[in-house]
Amino acid sequence: MSAPVRRFVTLFLVHAALLVGAAFILLPFVWMLATSIKPPEELFTAQLQILPDRFYGVENYRFALENAPLLRFALNGVIVCGGILVVQLLTSIPCAYALAKLRFPGRNLLMTLVLLGLCIPVQVPALPIYIGLAYTGLLNTYFSMMLPFFLSVFAIFLFRQFFRSFPDDIIHAARLDGMSEFEIVWRIVTPSAWPAIAAFSVFSIVAHWNDLYWPLIVISDIELATPPLGMLFFANAESGTNYGALMAAATILTAPLVIAFLFARRRFIQGITMTGVK
Amino acid sequence: MAQVELQGITKSFGATRVLKDVNLSIEDGEFLTLVGPSGCGKTTLIRIIAGLEQQTSGSIRIDGASIDHLRPHERRIAMVFQSYALYPHMTAYGNMALPLTMARLHLYERIPLLRLLSPRRRSVMKQIDAEVQAVANQLKIGPLLQRRPAQLSGGQRQRVALGRAMVRDPAAFLMDEPLSNLDAELRVHMRTELAELHQRIGATFIYVTHDQVEAMSMSDRIAMMDGGQVAQLGTPSELYERPASIRVAQFIGSPAINILPGQVGPDGAVELLGRKLPISTRLPPGSAVSIGIRPEAIRVTGGGDPAAEVSLHAHLRRRELLGPEQILHFHLDRLESATVIVRLAGAQAPVAVDGAAELGFDPGACHVFDAEGNRVEVSRAESRAVPPQAALVQVGRAG
Amino acid sequence: MASAVAISAPRPTSRRQVLIEKLIGCGFVFPVCVLLLLLNIVPLGVLALLSFTDYQMGAVDFGFVGLDNFAKALGDPVFRRAVTNTLIYVAIVLPGSVVLGLFAAVLIHGRLGSRPFYEIVYFLPITTTIVAMAAVWQIVLHPGLGPVNAVLQRLGFEPVMFLSDPAFALPTLAVIGIWQLVGFNMILFLAGLSAIPRDLYEAAEIDGCGSPVDRFLTVTWPLLGPTTMFVIVTSSITSFKVFDTVVAMTKGGPMGSTEVLLYAIYLEGFQYFNSSYASVLTLIFLVFILIFAVIQTFVLDKRVHY
Repeated sequence: MSAPVRRFVTLFLVHAALLVGAAFILLPFVWMLATSIKPPEELFTAQLQILPDRFYGVENYRFALENAPLLRFALNGVIVCGGILVVQLLTSIPCAYALAKLRFPGRNLLMTLVLLGLCIPVQVPALPIYIGLAYTGLLNTYFSMMLPFFLSVFAIFLFRQFFRSFPDDIIHAARLDGMSEFEIVWRIVTPSAWPAIAAFSVFSIVAHWNDLYWPLIVISDIELATPPLGMLFFANAESGTNYGALMAAATILTAPLVIAFLFARRRFIQGITMTGVK
Repeated sequence: MAQVELQGITKSFGATRVLKDVNLSIEDGEFLTLVGPSGCGKTTLIRIIAGLEQQTSGSIRIDGASIDHLRPHERRIAMVFQSYALYPHMTAYGNMALPLTMARLHLYERIPLLRLLSPRRRSVMKQIDAEVQAVANQLKIGPLLQRRPAQLSGGQRQRVALGRAMVRDPAAFLMDEPLSNLDAELRVHMRTELAELHQRIGATFIYVTHDQVEAMSMSDRIAMMDGGQVAQLGTPSELYERPASIRVAQFIGSPAINILPGQVGPDGAVELLGRKLPISTRLPPGSAVSIGIRPEAIRVTGGGDPAAEVSLHAHLRRRELLGPEQILHFHLDRLESATVIVRLAGAQAPVAVDGAAELGFDPGACHVFDAEGNRVEVSRAESRAVPPQAALVQVGRAG
Repeated sequence: MASAVAISAPRPTSRRQVLIEKLIGCGFVFPVCVLLLLLNIVPLGVLALLSFTDYQMGAVDFGFVGLDNFAKALGDPVFRRAVTNTLIYVAIVLPGSVVLGLFAAVLIHGRLGSRPFYEIVYFLPITTTIVAMAAVWQIVLHPGLGPVNAVLQRLGFEPVMFLSDPAFALPTLAVIGIWQLVGFNMILFLAGLSAIPRDLYEAAEIDGCGSPVDRFLTVTWPLLGPTTMFVIVTSSITSFKVFDTVVAMTKGGPMGSTEVLLYAIYLEGFQYFNSSYASVLTLIFLVFILIFAVIQTFVLDKRVHY
């Protein structure tokens, strides 16, 4: 085979393989959108048809929005993710700075605990925290949904790695200029760690927007449900009856993060790689 | 050992033409250096010779046979990369043996377990081992063979990379700025070592660098590249003494050549700052020219300089003492914007800083370039007053 | 940490500066210490304590029962099945997602124009709410109205009850697990690939690695070693924590064939309120996770060679 022919064949095979994979990944997304605009009678007759004969999207989406507080779920998701992220950043940034740049008693012990904490998934302390919340009557609140995630040892670890490479000389200069440590953290060091903070924020929001385990445990009031939990409620209530509306609901609850991802693809991928590799 | 010939090599990346019709013939056993500023196409050219890039048009021949259709490993060439490109997971030995195992063992003979099936593998590996050891001893890295690249110093890595190239006994060695990652002291040392290596093994070397000192000190011939073309090809002394263009003149030599504005007078004589020099050209009268004078061709005196045929009034602005020699920065009185750099032997200051001086030079040391920057041949006028007829004849001949 | 001390040690500091630094340092870490105590250390203690009792949530009193709960767990067929199911799930998802992720990454790495397209597509499952996608998968795999079975029937096969046949349910969840994870692994592999210097491939090409297979074996695979080990460990942990798809799609059924460890813990702890027993299961779960973490630590230590 000559070089151009070989090149063409290789290229063809590579794209063929990648497109098969892409079809597998996209199959549920395509089906979700297709089903959400199909009328009920077409579901059983035309399983392999993507576009419906009769457009029924308006009815499906209206039904979903009227029968489940989908926007409420999304709002709850925003509140919970926002609350968690703000507290995580407020607590972990000064701590990471202290671990990276200050000498104080117990620093090594704390660092060890942070590293150990990295190994412990939230499912482990879940039961005692749940019992504690039950005794204090805090179940079924936004606070109960956010509490276990206020501490992110991962954020501390990530930011400490970043802060360690921050030049000591700049901190010394800031001290000589009369800045307090508090100002140094928030006005000098934090802005320089912007890429790490952005990466962690993406990671945190994606994780908690989609988390099911903890909300499922502490929330029984549907008004407080986050998107996954709300979806679960809705799916159970509508199971086997109204697939079109179910898919419309799935589309509405999946859309925010997917749209955000499409607009900030680089940030998302960077966030996942950075948080994944370090 | 081989002769390498480049015929009409061009390379375009999209609309950008990186190489424009490069023709070069590198003799068997020659050390040829491609030198030039960054972006001149020298690295692209060496990568085309290696087969890592495909030329847009033109042909490469080794010993008369075209190698354009050959893949990189089939071309009998070896390359030393700027970053050395050593495989970090292999020992120095593994790095050096790799080209040989690749060439001499089948795929199945290189795969763990499966390779046990090969009856000849042992003897092949033994032969490879002997060759690697021999090269390692030549390069004095025998004791380091079991180390990984990360455990080696820059100079040692450099040698391993050289060794990896040498074990293959290639037709030609390609080297892409191999010394630029070393510190200054080691670079000088490796320069000598590379030149000696070249003398010892007598192979064809094609060496790329942006450092004119490396080019001048190591090469048999230098091809100075500029804007995707060979601006001048010649021995180091040819490039230094007879630069073909103002770009070559400025690139070769340190400190850089002084360039002063001049023009051709009505009688064909070259005029510098309104003063007639006793040299004439065939350019039409009134043409603008640039006059280049090497820093070491200028003499400095406090008062007048009776020995110099030409001298310029100047003030010393700055003096850098380098030990055995000194670099002086002068401002010309006639042309405030021009700084003239002078290199003098010795540590004695000829004039005080801010003091006035005469800069004298021999007109024969002047390089004259036309408006396009190309070298203009000059003839030495016998007397200061060139007869008008003679100038006319010269102009006529040029036209 | 040693290096941080070494860097900051030689600077001239007054006694007062040292004291201030100590106070400020303690102040900065105080909130984290409280949270660490409240959310990790105390709960772990309580967990350990509960595991030796017969405490049931809501009960007024409880007694110590020693190792009874552990004995019960080891003999409990439901729990043993949950562990087995989880390990089977990991055994399918891990090789599937790692090999496919690596494969996709190697293919995508060389693409210029189409790379963003493939990145977006393969990454999509990571950003989506898995509960919502589980509902979609239920329809896609539905025996009566899903496209998968429609295709199978066109090809002349019997329809497969992917989620209600005990033989198929767990593998089906595992395939969905691969669907979720393959893009994540691909992104990590892509990061690893772009860290390999181009020079090495060129050197390999000159050294005689003419075919892509040779170059993969000489350069790509050895240099991706650390990335690969990392991906294996994180994929193991992620797939070991399978929960969402089980809750949303099978609820452990049919006939317990998809009951996994986290789901068992969830049922015991938060549905049956068997707090003490759930504590024991949680501790066993933690042991598994720590094993993975230890492997990871050892592997990451090895990485220093290059």
